Amino acid sequence: MKELISGSDALIQSLILEGTDMVFGYPGGSIMPVYDRLFDYQDRLKHILVRHEQGATHAAQGYARVTGRTGVVIVTSGPAATNVITGLSDALMDSTPMVVVTGQVATPFLGFDAFQETDVVGITQPITKWSYQIRRAEDVAWAVARAFYIASTGRPGPVVLDITKDAQVGMTEFDYKPCNYIRSYNPRPDIKESDLLKAAELINRAERPMILSGHGVMISGAEAELAELAEKSDIPVATTLLGLSTIPSDHPLYKGMLGMHGNIGPNVNTNRADLIIAIGMRFDDRITGNVKTYARNAKVLHIDIDSSEFGKNIPVDATIHGDARDALLKLLPLIEPRKRTRWLGMFDKPQQIESEQVIERELHPAGPKMTMGEVAAKVSEATGHRAIVVTDVGQNQMLSARYSRYSEPRSIVTSGGLGTMGFGLPAAIGAKMGRPDRTVCFFTGDGGLQMTIQELGTIMEYGTAVKIILLNNNFLGNVRQWQALFFKGRFSQTPLVNPDFVAIAGAYGIPAENVETRDQLDGAIGRMLGHDGPYLINVNIDETDMVFPMTPAGGNVDFVMLNQTEIYPVD
Amino acid sequence: MDEQLFTVTVFTENQVGLLNQISIVFTRRCLNIESLSVSPSSINGIHKFTITCYSNRAMMERVVKQIEKRIDVLKSFLYTDDEIVYQEVALYKVPTPRLLDDRTVEEIIRRHNARILEITREYVIIEKTGHSDETESLFDELKKYDIRQFVRSGRVAVTKSPEEYLTMYLEEQECRLNEL
Repeated sequence: MKELISGSDALIQSLILEGTDMVFGYPGGSIMPVYDRLFDYQDRLKHILVRHEQGATHAAQGYARVTGRTGVVIVTSGPAATNVITGLSDALMDSTPMVVVTGQVATPFLGFDAFQETDVVGITQPITKWSYQIRRAEDVAWAVARAFYIASTGRPGPVVLDITKDAQVGMTEFDYKPCNYIRSYNPRPDIKESDLLKAAELINRAERPMILSGHGVMISGAEAELAELAEKSDIPVATTLLGLSTIPSDHPLYKGMLGMHGNIGPNVNTNRADLIIAIGMRFDDRITGNVKTYARNAKVLHIDIDSSEFGKNIPVDATIHGDARDALLKLLPLIEPRKRTRWLGMFDKPQQIESEQVIERELHPAGPKMTMGEVAAKVSEATGHRAIVVTDVGQNQMLSARYSRYSEPRSIVTSGGLGTMGFGLPAAIGAKMGRPDRTVCFFTGDGGLQMTIQELGTIMEYGTAVKIILLNNNFLGNVRQWQALFFKGRFSQTPLVNPDFVAIAGAYGIPAENVETRDQLDGAIGRMLGHDGPYLINVNIDETDMVFPMTPAGGNVDFVMLNQTEIYPVD
Repeated sequence: MDEQLFTVTVFTENQVGLLNQISIVFTRRCLNIESLSVSPSSINGIHKFTITCYSNRAMMERVVKQIEKRIDVLKSFLYTDDEIVYQEVALYKVPTPRLLDDRTVEEIIRRHNARILEITREYVIIEKTGHSDETESLFDELKKYDIRQFVRSGRVAVTKSPEEYLTMYLEEQECRLNEL
């Protein structure tokens, strides 16, 4: 007879066999048998003790986004399980592979409102790719194998394994088999020849095509093929927020970021293009604005692994259902070399106007207080544009994304779909732990930082060398901006009374300094990046600074505000 | 866009929690499920859901794609009434004395092609299968006898198409497995 091991042991061994080297978690009553076994595996499975379960999920997301591997979280039942909801929802929106193990009360107590019992599967079904309750030790290996397969393949996403206490302590034989097939789930569909031919014809015939490169390009590792397609057919490339760094910022065909606060060229030219080639992106409303007028002169070719995205928001003329890299590799031989000098020239004027009227003002403001853009640009410069940029949500996110430059793939970690304030700090921790070889710069605001500020404790404990750039305007700045623009300047509940952030960082043993004036900025950035370990700079930001350009929500994509009063002149 | 009645069929693996996963796709889009029936399908281990819902085609196409995206859903299909043969069954519980006093009962039963399932001193159970307008029309006629209980099942449906898409899908998946 084979040796019997506990469900907890089976869980940990399964995680290790799936290649997990790090888990983010927090112990509690209904997961104690697992934590007890973990004690014996510390040499093979590093456990990062966060300070709140939400932090565990965002840290796992940060880890997953920079490594491409599945982030793993272990927490207990009840309140711990409800604390992971935000991270699950965020990971589903932003296609992030994550396996979250939640403890659960023993099977006989299920449904009796036992202490710390909550209907985890019921709650998480709408916000996960798969959610499953393990009730028997013998099911552990099967469920973990399936969980990793589902989380990491196709369009990645979060999976929940809710493991009852009796399944944790029950004894089972252990024979691990990785999962590579589920009858009802085909994560790598065969690409149809007819779709490729139609797509190639559209591209070869188009006069003014534009590529929209999304997160899917990064997930499938199609950066080189993206550049090849763009170069072969001389096509301008714009990226989504999550698609930043899928093409280097200094690539001549890179024309900027799309969306509400994207660059003017790609937004305005969306409505001049005759072909939109969308790769691994989902036409979010922050990209499209008014869907009725969006890309009105263009045919749309949509390449995505998730066929439910085809036609969901924008009608499509052609699709390629499959992995982005597979699709581009098969498409490339069918593409005829072209030069599109005139079309590419149409990006010059918007670029020049944005440069003069928006970027120049942001980088060289008249006032004594600093802008977020000038800080981000200086940090980016000081890192040689090689850092991983992690952001929180709001103005800090938009401006650090806009004013950072990217030279390698997987250099942006931000909460795009869900827009989760508080995402940044734990995500930066996970990113640094996943890629200790790279500099991680975390841009945040005074609002978002305080939503998960307890994770400074995690940084303290593990000495995680996250560089924290606090863009502090003592306001909930993005809401303030909308109040200024659309609510008659009535700043309802947006001014923040803030603590002494440098003192707080100090209490956690993290070196920190205030940057009150512009002349202190370069020195502070130098000390921050030069320090071997975590560092925080608290930068005095002008609260009246706003993120521009801006295409207001639901507006036409070519209606671009340059500032509070001026609109970009479309000819 | 014009609203009409659609029939959605869903074939799933036999896993816990699928009804919830399918129903929340409707709930989230403020769609009312008109009728729902779930049962094992003709293929061992595969369950079939038949759901009817009033909406427009664009919305329903999205719904079907979102349902199909759930891991344990094999396939989901969207039909209008002209593409399927469908039936419902209705049961009517009527007081026996009232029926006995009326000479037209036989004629009603015959005309509606209904069946009597049980007769006791107190009540009679009548069964009628058909489309909802047909079960509705029998209901209207029996109203005068003071119907005590009336219940209608969800719709069951089979397609008119000669192609059996689920079988084809399962064969494709079998090939995929063999290639691994």
